[in-house]
Amino acid sequence: MAKKQYAFYPGCSSQKGASASNFPTSVGVVCEKLDIQLNEIPDWNCCGASIGYGEGGELPRLVINARNLAQAENHLAGQDIVSGCPACWLATRETVERLHESDSLLAETNEALKEAGLNLKNTVKARHIVEVLIEDIGFEAMKKPVVKAIEGIKFAGYVGCQTNRPFGIAGESFENPQYLDRMIETVGAEAVKFDQKVTCCGGALAFSEPDKSQKQIRDIVESAYDHGADMIVTPCQLCQANVEIYQSEINKKQGTKFSMPVVYYSQLLTVAYGGSAKQAGLDGQLIRAEKLERIAGKQ
Amino acid sequence: MTTATPKYRNNFLKEVEANVEEGHWVKMCMQCGVCAGSCPLGPHWQHSPQKIFMMIRAGKREEVLTSDSMWMCTSCYNCIVRCPRKLPITHIMHGLANYAHRLGMAPKGQPTEAIAKLFWDNLVKTGRVNELKFSLAMYFKDGFVQGIKNAMAMQGIGLGLVKAKRLNPMEILGGHACKDKSGIQKMVAKAREIEDRRKGFSGAGA
Ligand code: SF4
Ligand code: SF4
Repeated sequence: MAKKQYAFYPGCSSQKGASASNFPTSVGVVCEKLDIQLNEIPDWNCCGASIGYGEGGELPRLVINARNLAQAENHLAGQDIVSGCPACWLATRETVERLHESDSLLAETNEALKEAGLNLKNTVKARHIVEVLIEDIGFEAMKKPVVKAIEGIKFAGYVGCQTNRPFGIAGESFENPQYLDRMIETVGAEAVKFDQKVTCCGGALAFSEPDKSQKQIRDIVESAYDHGADMIVTPCQLCQANVEIYQSEINKKQGTKFSMPVVYYSQLLTVAYGGSAKQAGLDGQLIRAEKLERIAGKQ
Repeated sequence: MTTATPKYRNNFLKEVEANVEEGHWVKMCMQCGVCAGSCPLGPHWQHSPQKIFMMIRAGKREEVLTSDSMWMCTSCYNCIVRCPRKLPITHIMHGLANYAHRLGMAPKGQPTEAIAKLFWDNLVKTGRVNELKFSLAMYFKDGFVQGIKNAMAMQGIGLGLVKAKRLNPMEILGGHACKDKSGIQKMVAKAREIEDRRKGFSGAGA
């Protein structure tokens, strides 16, 4: 079967040696098994994340995203842009929509892009890898390569904000999206009820307002424990980093004893598809996902 | 510091409509209050988005632009999907924060304002964000002594990330960057120039 082709926008946090660098290895395995080919956008740049507005304002922010779109248009014609990071996806898709709505913004954008020798026609579609998995591959096909059921582990499916709002996955509700639980079940694991499924982890404010955001993180981890989860699983890089990294801080400050692993859906799929712990990037966890490592290690 | 064009001085709503991202939506708010209960850091918002929209209409320029509130926005997009009038509330909050920042009216020492500026400067330098330089700059933003204290407090986390290969100490020597750095810088400078012209900032580029 011919592989499906996409223009890939990895994003800063997925670079080697960055905070989500345990993510791309597992995505690689998943794409390999599902005949998806991700073609990296040449010389892509940062999307501005959710905090870029403070100094960057409106047009400069749209323009940096337009540069990635133009690079994809020029070098990977006809392919949808796909990102694994919700902030990258959101910023890219927002740019596509804003420039569709306003001819004057598109003209101004192109005036700026000219400085980098580029021009944008705005013909590309910006999508999230989760959309590709659900819409282009489907749950049935996602199940096919499963060689190891992830049995005996309970997961709290934590969707978070930006994979879910404002765009979300078509056909899902904002308050209680089902796709992540379905992915968990697709690999033979159990999805517990989880009332903090779409709660905000504090986003970029985990850094600037640590005490205020850690209350969010505490609620999320506590609820996972309360519902009997062994691990949290998420599609979001910022959720993963915030919820995993700050548990030790919260323990120190508030005397809790949190030690809840936080993994990506792609790591789950990788293990279910027979990948090793290393291929799943499980060596990149701060809080080791031992139960998942054990399944990955089984022959 | 830059100044806004004086032509709106007596009509704050008009000024917001012209100079704040998505500001033209403010008049559509019907004050239903749905957004007021949506913010994750809600207790820390002195004025909810609903109140801010009311204050804009009441011409409370100084109070709105010096407010800490919009800096509490975590970009969770709860409000956007709930607002019955479909106001792009998140973007208006970001727009107000940016406008206050550009006017030099944001509260002094606002931490999110500080990281937003560091983040953008880091981005424009290389086209990509270098997390180590960004973190260090963040720790040292309050001066050297406080910087050492902040860095020490987070040391365990930093070492854990280094061990897990998720924070690279070698980044301090260079790290990830786009090839066309100079093109990106020129492009961003141009975009800022156009936006400043459109929004009537004098001293464009400052
Ligand atoms: S996006 Fe910002 S304004 Fe909207 S609910 Fe979240 S924190 Fe509040
Ligand atoms: S939810 Fe929308 S209409 Fe209601 S108060 Fe907030 S901004 Fe206004």
